[in-house]
Amino acid sequence: MTSSNSFLQEPKGLKSWLVTLDHKRIGILYLIGISVAFALGGAFALMLRLELLSPAKDFVGPDAYNRLFTLHGAVMIFLFIIPGIPAALGNFVLPLMLGAKDVAFPRLNLTSWYIYIVGMIMALVAIFTGSVDTGWTFYTPYSTQTSGAVVMMTMAAFVLGFSSIFTGLNFLVTIHKLRAPGMTWFKLPLFIWAIYATAIIQILATPVLGITLLLLVLERVLAIGIFDPAMGGDPVLFQHFFWFYSHPAVYIMILPAMGVISELISTFSRKKIFGYKAIAFSSFGIAFISFLVWGHHMFTSGQSELASMIFSFLTFLVAIPSGIKVFNWLATMYKGSISLETPMLWALGFLFLFSIGGLTGMFLGTLATDIHLHDTYFVVAHFHYVMFGGTVMAFFGGLHYWWPKIWGRMYNEFWAKISVLLVFVGFNVTFFTQFIMGAKGMPRRYWTYLDQYTRLHGFSSVGSLIMAVGFAIIAVYLLHSIFKGRKVGANPWGSLTMEWETSSPPPVHNFEKDMVLTHGPYDYDKVIPRDN
Amino acid sequence: MDSTGTLFLPPGSSTIAGDVDAVFNLILYVGIFFFVLVVGLAAFFVFRYRRTETPGLTSGKDHNLKLEILWTVIPSIIVVIFFVVGFRTFLKMNIIPKDAMEIKVTAQRWMWAFDYPEGANSINELVVPVNKPIKALLSSTDVIHSFFVPEFRIKMDVLPNRYTMTWFEATRVGEYDLLCAEYCGKGHSEMVAKVKVVDRGEYEAWLEKATAFDESIPLKEHGEKFFKTKACNTCHTNDGAGSVGPTFKGLFGHEVIFSDGSKLKVNENYIRESILDPRAKVVMGYQPVMPTYQGRIKDREIDALVAYIKSLSE
Amino acid sequence: MDHSQNRPAYLQHHFSDVTQQAESAKLGMWVFLLTEILLFGGLFVAYSIFRSWNPEMFYNAHKYLDVTLGSINTVVLITSSVTMALAIRSMQLGQKQKTLALLWSTLILASVFLVIKYFEYSHKFHLGQLPGKYYTFTGVEGNNPHIFFSIYFVMTGLHGIHVLVGMAVITWMIIKTSRNKFSSEYYTPLELTGLYWHLVDLIWIYLFPLLYLIG
Repeated sequence: MTSSNSFLQEPKGLKSWLVTLDHKRIGILYLIGISVAFALGGAFALMLRLELLSPAKDFVGPDAYNRLFTLHGAVMIFLFIIPGIPAALGNFVLPLMLGAKDVAFPRLNLTSWYIYIVGMIMALVAIFTGSVDTGWTFYTPYSTQTSGAVVMMTMAAFVLGFSSIFTGLNFLVTIHKLRAPGMTWFKLPLFIWAIYATAIIQILATPVLGITLLLLVLERVLAIGIFDPAMGGDPVLFQHFFWFYSHPAVYIMILPAMGVISELISTFSRKKIFGYKAIAFSSFGIAFISFLVWGHHMFTSGQSELASMIFSFLTFLVAIPSGIKVFNWLATMYKGSISLETPMLWALGFLFLFSIGGLTGMFLGTLATDIHLHDTYFVVAHFHYVMFGGTVMAFFGGLHYWWPKIWGRMYNEFWAKISVLLVFVGFNVTFFTQFIMGAKGMPRRYWTYLDQYTRLHGFSSVGSLIMAVGFAIIAVYLLHSIFKGRKVGANPWGSLTMEWETSSPPPVHNFEKDMVLTHGPYDYDKVIPRDN
Repeated sequence: MDSTGTLFLPPGSSTIAGDVDAVFNLILYVGIFFFVLVVGLAAFFVFRYRRTETPGLTSGKDHNLKLEILWTVIPSIIVVIFFVVGFRTFLKMNIIPKDAMEIKVTAQRWMWAFDYPEGANSINELVVPVNKPIKALLSSTDVIHSFFVPEFRIKMDVLPNRYTMTWFEATRVGEYDLLCAEYCGKGHSEMVAKVKVVDRGEYEAWLEKATAFDESIPLKEHGEKFFKTKACNTCHTNDGAGSVGPTFKGLFGHEVIFSDGSKLKVNENYIRESILDPRAKVVMGYQPVMPTYQGRIKDREIDALVAYIKSLSE
Repeated sequence: MDHSQNRPAYLQHHFSDVTQQAESAKLGMWVFLLTEILLFGGLFVAYSIFRSWNPEMFYNAHKYLDVTLGSINTVVLITSSVTMALAIRSMQLGQKQKTLALLWSTLILASVFLVIKYFEYSHKFHLGQLPGKYYTFTGVEGNNPHIFFSIYFVMTGLHGIHVLVGMAVITWMIIKTSRNKFSSEYYTPLELTGLYWHLVDLIWIYLFPLLYLIG
């Protein structure tokens, strides 16, 4: 099927892209933004690993190192991983999956992107005017005392928060009001459920981050004394405020990833998803509990033992819905017809890495062991297994899955498989070693370290290079495919969700006709998907 | 007590280390079981149900109540067990024995200072008797730090506006690393002290020495020792290399320019003032980050440091 | 694309009918108001914590707030909420001139609120009751009285910014109304502005007793 007027072709010109209200184009604009952020954050990470090759000063000294790890964290979290799946992939596919012509508020959608760009520019300004060395957590009183562009970076995060809130609001209303006729709540693709749960967290948690960062800025500018012990304030209060947002925020990052995985596993197993409602509701379970566990970041902060006990208990509750999802995915694969195309490889990589990430969370939720492991490389490794092994793997899985829908062309399958392998191996080499170092007592955020960790650090650094090669290959073949890739039809993978019923790339208004739901998103027991 | 450590854990050298390690290992083995289960099943399914021909309709079975109850209830029971054993050990880690010896620990950028009940004090070296519960009363003079001794399995944040505390009872004589685990800026990675666990007699002897000053050794040799034990070397070098603060090499008698533009030829009184009130005069190009040594250093010790710094200009 | 012929000009292309568009807009606004409440929620939490730590200082410091001016402002803001609601009602009835008059009244009342706030602020600046390190006033007994004024200025300041934003939006609504953009069928933007303005009012209704009356 060829379409005379795909959204890529019409209207023409750079300006038409910059003022576009089309969710598909805005999705691509986001994709460009987050790719820049990912490259930048990745470059920072490589520089960190380069420095850590040996305890000596290999590359940069303490000042530069402290800035690099701060920037790596801040850029990856605020500019890449939070907007990654919802704003970039979500923007493109959410209305398509719903059979809608656009999101509910297209102008707000474009505004969100511009706010994101403003935030990104502010972050870059901060990097080039004195930089920031507080860590992405901005802990007081360090952050109110240190020199550098802390105010600018904090304001950047504040601005980016608004972008995230507006995206969440937009999606929530879209899901409520713009579903195609016949698409009842339990006929929604699970990716939509995940985005919905994510939107709730974005809406409820991000404003609290906003006010926290605002208070931090005022603390630096006016010394209002809320967080500064010298003025009667309390630095631990900042930690409470900060984690009240930032813990739910990690679910803003992981829930959409879980949604992508549900789509991938069902599609590539060509099998009805097992436990649809359990997967959908577990997203809400996770979202709800996520608001009650922030204190598990503070077991060593001197908070009361009672508080620690409660937070530890609630933290364990998160494990159950997460486990339910994993078991449901496995049950979906059972008796399926499993095809190992690239998106599925990313999904399997996700299962492997996220299992490790989730299970190592047990050590950190348990009070006795967290005391030893807190603020060590064990936490760094756990976090990366969940965020990279989870979210980034799912992001790339989703990107490879929807790529032919976006561009109407397919990437090179051979190189795609090679790079999954490189990233997977490189990742494990980089971060599994960090579990060992952390448990042995290597604290995080050290630019130099005791001699006994030299071999493990060296190993870890080599792993990061392998990953970098993998990502470089991905960049090359994806860009190449936009222009030279093999043309594909509407439904190259044989999926049953609605975005595959329109041409690739879709026409300007998404569908040639008004959509009506004819079958459920995973009815592989009733419908054989048309390949084109 | 395990004295070699495992693949993950370092050797345990405190009374609670064994309990913590038992919890760690329990979670580790249960975790490995579930990991193998999940990845094993995934690998098996991928192999067994791989797509070999164009697929037709597949099974629509999408629920199995018994199975679903099973995979909800079993993990729930397991996490409750984790929680309970973790909490019980945590309580044990938090109940400070009544007969504990209290040592005041002060963290500041970027060193650890210790005040002993007998009146002695030390910097970056915590000397404690073996098999004796030690309560560490922690406070910071600037930002948040964290008191972390991996081999004792303890960690506690050190806050600027209040006291926090932790305790340990070392079970083996030896030297252990005490690390700062909460990011505190430029010298964070070098904010590493030693915990020296010694037997009772050796501790008494150390106390004696720590409170006395041996006049038979030349002053500048004392100074050379204090350069390290008072943690001057965290931020100053003695070989002319750059660091957080000015190098001591050739400093004495050399003219320095301060951040307010005034100048001074470095003399004994300036060195003394810089130790006791370091932010009074800050050399241009450096940050006013040095903590005061007021109350942490004796006059004879200052004499020794002055002698040592002088010797570096000869 | 063949859309049905009876699509009014204000109906955007991606909505299938007027009801869907209006309901979406309202849902979006309610969600937005929720985020606003959470934004202020953080400050209310900070207020409660510092109040529980320093109850006497808060009590002593709050005496320096002018209850009379605060009360007048409360009345002014509540009245403005009423005129806003009436403005929407008038548009529902298609009475454009009345709507305009009521919107103007709302705008004027909002300005009165800010003018009174200005007098309160400048009096405090004059006395040195400023936030944080600029605090020089010595009359309050208790520890760290600057914290009370920090919280006072942050909360009322953020609220004041919301009043300013509200005034800008009301002005825009006045322009749109006078350009005949609204009718008794379509007045969603007016309704949303009203919702926002009631929220601004509501937040003040919490701020006033917490800061001025009980300290």
